[in-house]
Amino acid sequence: MSKYILHRLLLTIPTLFGAALLVFLLMRAVPGDVCEIRLFGTGLYADQEQLDQCRDKLGLNKPMPLQFWDFVSGYFTGDLGESMWTGKPVAEEIGLRFQLSMQLAIMATAVAVIIAIPLGIISAVKQNTWIDYLVRAFSIAGIAIPSFWLGIVIILGLLIITQAWFGIPWMPPIEYVSPFEDPMENLAQLIWPAVATGYRYSAVATRMTRSALLEVLREDYVRTARAKGLLEKVIINRHALKNSLLPVVTIIALEFAFLMGGLVVTEQVFNLNGLGKLFVEAVLQHDFTLTQQLVMLVVVIFVLTNLFIDIMYAWLDPRIRYS
Amino acid sequence: MSTPEIAVDSAELVPPKRSLAEQLWSLCRRQPLGAAGGLVVVAMIAMAVFANVISPYDPEANSFEHMLSPPGADFWLGTDQFGRDIMTRIIYGARTALFVGFTAAVVGATAGLVLGVASAYFGGKFDLFFQRVMDVFMAFPLIIMALAVVAILGPGTQNVIIAITLPFIPQCARVVRSSALSIREIPYVDAARALGYGHARIILRHMAPNVVAPYLIMLTSFVGQAILLEASLSYLGLGVQEPTPAWGLMLQGGAEEYAESAPWVPVFPGLAITLAVFGFNLFGDALRDLLDPKLRSR
Repeated sequence: MSKYILHRLLLTIPTLFGAALLVFLLMRAVPGDVCEIRLFGTGLYADQEQLDQCRDKLGLNKPMPLQFWDFVSGYFTGDLGESMWTGKPVAEEIGLRFQLSMQLAIMATAVAVIIAIPLGIISAVKQNTWIDYLVRAFSIAGIAIPSFWLGIVIILGLLIITQAWFGIPWMPPIEYVSPFEDPMENLAQLIWPAVATGYRYSAVATRMTRSALLEVLREDYVRTARAKGLLEKVIINRHALKNSLLPVVTIIALEFAFLMGGLVVTEQVFNLNGLGKLFVEAVLQHDFTLTQQLVMLVVVIFVLTNLFIDIMYAWLDPRIRYS
Repeated sequence: MSTPEIAVDSAELVPPKRSLAEQLWSLCRRQPLGAAGGLVVVAMIAMAVFANVISPYDPEANSFEHMLSPPGADFWLGTDQFGRDIMTRIIYGARTALFVGFTAAVVGATAGLVLGVASAYFGGKFDLFFQRVMDVFMAFPLIIMALAVVAILGPGTQNVIIAITLPFIPQCARVVRSSALSIREIPYVDAARALGYGHARIILRHMAPNVVAPYLIMLTSFVGQAILLEASLSYLGLGVQEPTPAWGLMLQGGAEEYAESAPWVPVFPGLAITLAVFGFNLFGDALRDLLDPKLRSR
């Protein structure tokens, strides 16, 4: 087992290195840099000397391989560099927003699980009835609705409903409050984006629950359970569901990894100051260091989630370990 | 279906020919959701092709006397902040969405097909290296990849297509590779090599046609995804640019501001996106059920 984990761990190194190289080159391929944007962006006049000074300060005049070395060696010394735009340490910029995005990702996953597992079970048990068709249409609609539009519609709905019921239109609060300070205020702000993204992410999980459960329900041991007269409820809850949850957990974990990056558009709609918004700003300002570290954060989360899934699979199914 | 009364001789074993209408009807019976999706797809294509015939107004003409008119007899779905008819812009928007969707899906899936089959065919070190490269690309969330490409190339319809196509390639290559691996082991591939055919010929003529099922499944799911991605990028201001009519663009800028006073501005373009992607996904699901025998009985 430990040999397997070591092997998988070593395999992540080329992926991480490749991702670092890719994002480094992608950023350098963008025409213009942060100095040009800062000095000319607001219509100001700047001469070549100022431009050179700015580039020297940020290390943009160094040869490419040296810049890449600075970027990668930072991981061994623990120095992630400073944002080229604000000058603050990248770790601080990310840390500020990490809590919000992390909380939103966890809440959206919770919403997705609450929707997906019961619906998937109903859909599988009532296969090919109108209930099944309804659930499938509902889950496909989840993939089809743009989450930013769903966000707009939710805000609009809140305004109209509160106007009609209480006479005063109500909007979710804009200022982020930590859940440890004021949980109600925090929930009032974040539950809406969590529902908008959670519904979307529930779609794939619902379908996975349905098809995994259908597969297990055709197994011989389920027939045996039925033959010995067990209640259908017991067969599904105790015998079938447990064995069908592995692929469902996998898909939920994978989606969680993508959530951190996928929040870009939702944060824009709800005007949340999270990692997604920071990422869009960093790209538009050509803030190389910040963009690189944000992309690497998403990639690391993704790679670690994959690793975790692989190890879990190997632990549960010895056939994978020894192949 | 042959009935027992018919004398069975070898010629009768061929299933009786059914008219196209009959075949379509039985398909609709077996796949009601897929048929509904197919209907939406056909309607969208018709809308895009005949946009200039069916739409009542010019999609790009501003009209300041009709700014933000609510839906009514003259403007069925109302007008936007520049007085442009929303229904007309949705109809023309279908052109943009389908053009971006189909181009990105076909190019992305086809490139993925060729790369995936090649990776399975050559195997060994090439395959291992190629898989690691795919890993790197797959680790980038779609939207982040697309954002980065748009940041490099600048916004605009053409660049949006490139930005959407690139992340599709590894996804399709992954799926195609796994099916191609089993085909590689079938003796006829060895036979083709023994006959001295070149690598390109074996990959394209002998192996690629056998992975058409996963290819088509990926392709249809890509069209829906591409429409959604284009809308997201346009919404962020990084996609299709004004005055080209595009659904995501119609939601950008004004839409949120006017959400309260003129809800028809954000609501209808979003419905158009949802319905289109919904249609393509239902259609793709039905196609997968039909093409993948393992899933057929489910």
